[in-house]
Formats: sequence, structure tokens, C-alpha cells
Amino acid sequence: MAYGYYPGCSSHGTAREYDISTKKVCERLGLELKEVEDWNCCGASPAHATSEELSLALPFRNLALAEKQGLNSIMSTCSACYNRLKVADEILKNTPEISSRVSEIVGESYNSSLKVIHFLDLISKELGIERVKEKVQKPLADIKVVSYYGCLLTRPPEFVSVDPDPENPTVMEEIIGALGAEAPDWSHKTECCGASLALSRTDIVLRLSGEILKSARFADADCIAVACPLCYANLDMRQAQISSMHGVDYSLPVLFISELIGIALGIGYKELGMNKHMVSAKTLLTEKGLI
Amino acid sequence: MVESSQNENIEILTYSEVEEVGGYIGNFDVKIRKKARFVDIDKCTGCGTCYQKCPVKVPSEFDMEMGMRKAIYVPFPQAVPNVPVIDKEHCRMFTKGKCSICQKLCQADAVDYEQKDEIIEDRFGAIVVATGYDLFDASVYGEYGGGRFKDVITGLQLERLISPAGPTGGHIKRPSDGKEPKNVVFIQCVGSRDIEKGVPYCSNVCCMYTAKQAVLLKEHLPEVQTNIFYMDIRSAGKNYEQFVQRTMEQYGALYIRGRVSKIYQRGDKLIVKGADTLVGIQVEVEADMVVLATGITPRHDSKNLAGILSIPYDQFGFFTELHPKLAPIETVTSGIFLTGACQAPKDIPDTVASASGAAAKVASLFSSDEMSMEPLVSTIDTAVCSMCKACVEVCPYGAIQEEEITLRDGTKKKQLIVLESVCHGCGACVSTCRSSCIMLRGMTDEQIFDELMAVAQ
Repeated sequence: MAYGYYPGCSSHGTAREYDISTKKVCERLGLELKEVEDWNCCGASPAHATSEELSLALPFRNLALAEKQGLNSIMSTCSACYNRLKVADEILKNTPEISSRVSEIVGESYNSSLKVIHFLDLISKELGIERVKEKVQKPLADIKVVSYYGCLLTRPPEFVSVDPDPENPTVMEEIIGALGAEAPDWSHKTECCGASLALSRTDIVLRLSGEILKSARFADADCIAVACPLCYANLDMRQAQISSMHGVDYSLPVLFISELIGIALGIGYKELGMNKHMVSAKTLLTEKGLI
Repeated sequence: MVESSQNENIEILTYSEVEEVGGYIGNFDVKIRKKARFVDIDKCTGCGTCYQKCPVKVPSEFDMEMGMRKAIYVPFPQAVPNVPVIDKEHCRMFTKGKCSICQKLCQADAVDYEQKDEIIEDRFGAIVVATGYDLFDASVYGEYGGGRFKDVITGLQLERLISPAGPTGGHIKRPSDGKEPKNVVFIQCVGSRDIEKGVPYCSNVCCMYTAKQAVLLKEHLPEVQTNIFYMDIRSAGKNYEQFVQRTMEQYGALYIRGRVSKIYQRGDKLIVKGADTLVGIQVEVEADMVVLATGITPRHDSKNLAGILSIPYDQFGFFTELHPKLAPIETVTSGIFLTGACQAPKDIPDTVASASGAAAKVASLFSSDEMSMEPLVSTIDTAVCSMCKACVEVCPYGAIQEEEITLRDGTKKKQLIVLESVCHGCGACVSTCRSSCIMLRGMTDEQIFDELMAVAQ
């Protein structure tokens, strides 16, 4: 059975390596992905800050298309996409009057038959962490990885959660543990990175993301695992700026969870698109004999 | 407690539970299960050898799991009677079938593993319910660690740390590493006044116990800095406000108006992030220990007890008084009275006052042979009554009973009567009775018709 795949805009831009590595990893794990044809923007944060109808109409069209294309599920890698699709799906399912209004606006119909999941759900719930463990060829031994969830993967908990505990999620740690790496508990796994304030209020992003890098360093981490392109953008691309602001050279590679899985499955560094990072993981991975 | 136990008119049944209550005011038939404690109360001298030598250690409930107790134990040093009880869940004799160290060492031969529960059935004139409260479970607050951080404790746990009879002998040491805390954060309203995660009501006691604990901490550790996050300070009691002011001025407690959004660990410190809404800024406090002022909730089994006693309870499980202002101690069931926090969150003075009130109510009830009641009660015209018993079904107080009478010719006949001491005159039976044979005294159909006619003229 193929899983519907909704890449979202960042997979074609700032987080291309997330898209590349996800596809490679799924291929290696025997998970068939089928991209939703003619998908559009999920709306992310600008839509629901502008209009509630718009914030539902945009994901509605994606859901309707996926359903029409005969898919049973829709998986996204981006946590904003996942969040918008999931929240919209829940609202549409439970409030028929909103559903019919949005259906009228979009001109499509949606019967709420899709299972809306995130890449983490695909690995942990659909496939099972044990199955990943079986396929590990290069255990990530001797690496300390802290998992950063950000805000949208677990909130609001009544609609969205890749983990039953929104305050202290552990699903990424479980996956990383299965890959053979050390996944310690740390303080900032669900703190805000500053998200889309990156352009309008860069100072806030630098402060918040700076706190996260500081805590990761305090937890003695070798690298940070993320499952959201925006978290990645803030932590990786802004790291040089934060380093100079703090006067500390963090040099903390920020890796997508799919890239870590890919490395452990024995997929090549370039094959996963990992040469695209601002803070290179090459030195770390070479030191540990993984590439 | 000790004084009560020595009073010849008071019998204390500890480790016992009320299972059934029948009858009515003056004549309550109560079935009590006296649980097997596996130690003979009459033989035990309270020497303590058994619990000193018992090899099984279990977290102590009385010390809020901060210290340990044995499998045979006295719950706390001042317990009455000073006789140990065996915890069947953990005692090796019950779990593995061997050990019997306490039995061998007991010089009074008081340990009896074969002891069975005892059922006591007796008649009582009145019942005072004083079953207390439970503490709000703070583990729902994931943002405060949800139980993950050892140095985030509850107010009652701090109380045990301060107590000379507590697990640390009265030395205030934080649970993680036993160090004396230098900077302590208190968070008020944990569970209380929180519709999302807790209960909407105010727990009444937390503002004052937090202030008291801030004072005690400072007295124990003069170097300590206390920071108290609060929503409002509710110090409405005699001298309470002065006490809070003293806590701030003389004991240097820093009161911060605002909620805490998150606690996380950084090294051996706890970072407390919150808001100071008076200044309008976000604050971060580096603390060694955090104390949560967890609220009061009804006892977990209060609804079950309410069923046994036939008394109502509110949406949370607190027992409901007859009238919130004019009859705060009585319940709708005559002869059953409420005292303490089983009715609503109460502090010590309020509890003592309501307990004294309940005692006085019972004493005045017992002091005379006759009882004065409201005259508005139902009566049944037995000549008309067909014994359909529809009224028995609807009576919320169980006031209608069947009795057997002997007629003049010697034959026996059953009829329904209203227990006037139990009836509240609600009129449910009157409107239910198909043959109109039940009337409220002073409110008969004829009287009401006459009134209407007089009005109409």
C-alpha cells in the first residue's frame, strides 16, 4: 500500500535534503510513497493568522486531491504542513457546517477518509521502530543526538500529537536510540525556535534559537535532530549569526531525522543530500567512521 | 487524639470502614468493617520491635513517599492507637509465605497472620462525616516536569521535610542530592482555579500554607531566598493578611504575580520561567527546589460514601450541606452532619469551627427525649391507601416505610407510614399518589382551595 506524500514548499527549497533523504529512506525501508498531484500551499502560519476559512480551505484542497487520487493516507515531513493538514482534517470531520462551507469555497468535496500522519508517525507507528532497527547497517555508535521537536509536532495536543506526552515527547529519542546513538533527555526539546519571525523579527529568532543551541551544548550534544524544515532553517542557517552573537562557536550540525536514519541504513552522505547543510556534519560523521 | 481515646464515652475504630447505613435519625443501623491489621490491639504493647526488625522497606505514604516505612508499621509517630498494622501487599508472609520475623520477635505474641476482618453492626443516633480530602495530583502539569524532576515537590512534601519527625529529621535537604536549597520557588494555584487542567474552585488554604512555609524555610535556613509565584493572595481570615505582610517584610519572601509556564533542568538547577504581570516582563528564576502548592480535591471515594449515607455531593465530589448559608453543617438526611474538608476546602480554624458546630448539633439532638421538627410533613390516609408504593419509590429521603399492624379482630395488616423525623415535606409523594391519600400537613387540598376562594372573592 502506498502512502500519500505531501512534500510542502520547503521540500523544494530550503529543506531539499529532507525531501531527498525521506524518499531514499522510505525506498530502503520498503515504504512506497506517492506524491499528491497538483498539491498547493498548506497555508502554514500566514493563512491562519489571516483568515480561518483560508487556513482550512488550503489544506482542504490538498486533502480532497489526495482522496480523489485514491490515497488512504497523507504523510508530510514538514511539521507545519502536518499540523495544518491534521488540524483541518479534525475540524472538517467534527463540524459538518464548516466542512460544507469550505467545500463550497474550494469547489471540491472531501469525505474525511484520509489518515493524516507525519514522517515520525510513518516510522514509529506505521512501520514500527523495531523494523528500522533490523535494517540498521551502520549503528550510530558513540554519537550523542538531542531531539528537537519544536512546537507544531505536539501542539495543540487535542488535535495534533506525534507523541502522547506533548510536554515531554520521546518518539524521536526512541528512533534515534534504535539507530544506535545516544539520545539523552534535555531541557529545550519543545521550546519555540522563533519560527516564521525569522524575517520580520530576526532578533527574536536569534534569542530563542540561541537558547536552544546553548541548551544543546549544555547537554553535551554532538548534533541536533529535527523533523521540521523551519526549525532546521533557524537552527542551521542562523547558527553562524548566533555563534558570533554569543561569542561561542557552536558548530552543532542540525540533521533531519530522515538523514540520521539514512546514514544508519548505510545510504551515502551525498546521496542523502547532506552536503547542503550550512553547518556541515561531515567532520562529525567522518570522525565516527560513518561516512 | 490520645485524649479522645482515653475518654470512656468515645470508642475509636481505626482502620475501619462504614459499609452500610440503614435506619434514620436516632436509629442509624451501621455496618462497619474493621479490617484485619494482623496485630492484636489488646495484646500489643507498642514496643516497636516488630517494625524495627522488619526486613521489608516500602515508601512511606505519611512521609509523601520521601522516606521509607516497613511492611509492619505505625503510620506516624502520634498514631492512635499506637499499634502497628501489617501491609499485606508487601509483607513477605503474604507475598512469599515465609519470614515471620515480627511474629517470632513479638514478646506479647500479638502478631496474628490469620486475623480476619471483623464486621461490627450497631445502632447510632447520629453520624458526623469527617472524611477529609485528597491532594491534587500535579503530574498532569507536564510543563512542571510531571513528576520527572526530583526537586519539584508538593507543599505537603515540604511539610514532611520541615517536620522534626520527617524523613530528614527536620533538616531541609532537597531530594535529588541532599543539599540545602539556597533559592526556592513556590508556585501557587497548582490545580486550583485552573479550568483547563485542574478544578475551577479556590482551595482556600494554599496562600496561607505557602506563606507559612516561606517563613519556616527562612527560619531553618537564614540564607534562603524564597520566590512565590501567585495569582492573587487570598488572606481573608483573622490576622492572615498581617501574616502575609510579615512573610514579605520580615522574612524577605519575594512575591511575583504571575504564572509559571515551564520548569526545566539545567545542571543541578531548576530553571523556572514565568511572567511577572505587575511589571509586565518575563522572568527566569534559577532555583534549587520548587514547591507546588497543590490544591484540595475531594476524597477519591467520596461519591461511594455519599451513596452509602444517602447524602448529596456536588459536581466535584464534595458533600453538599443542607443550606450553604443557614445550615452549613446539616445534610438533607436528618441526623447526618458534615465537618471539615469533605464538604469544601477548609483551613484549620474553619474545620475546628465546623467540627465544634457538628458536635454541638449532635449533643443538642441527644440532650432531650423529644425532637422538634418542621411541622410540614406528609401523612398517609391508610383507609384509602391501596399500597401501590409509588410514594416509596419517589421519596428522596427514604421516609416512607411499611409497617405491620394488628386489627381489632386479631388479623394482621400491612400499611405505609411516614417517618416524621425523616420527612422534609418536599411533597414528591403527594403529587405522585394516585388515590390522593397523601397530604402535606397544613397544606391539604381543602386548605389550598379555601385560600384560592378567599383570594378570588
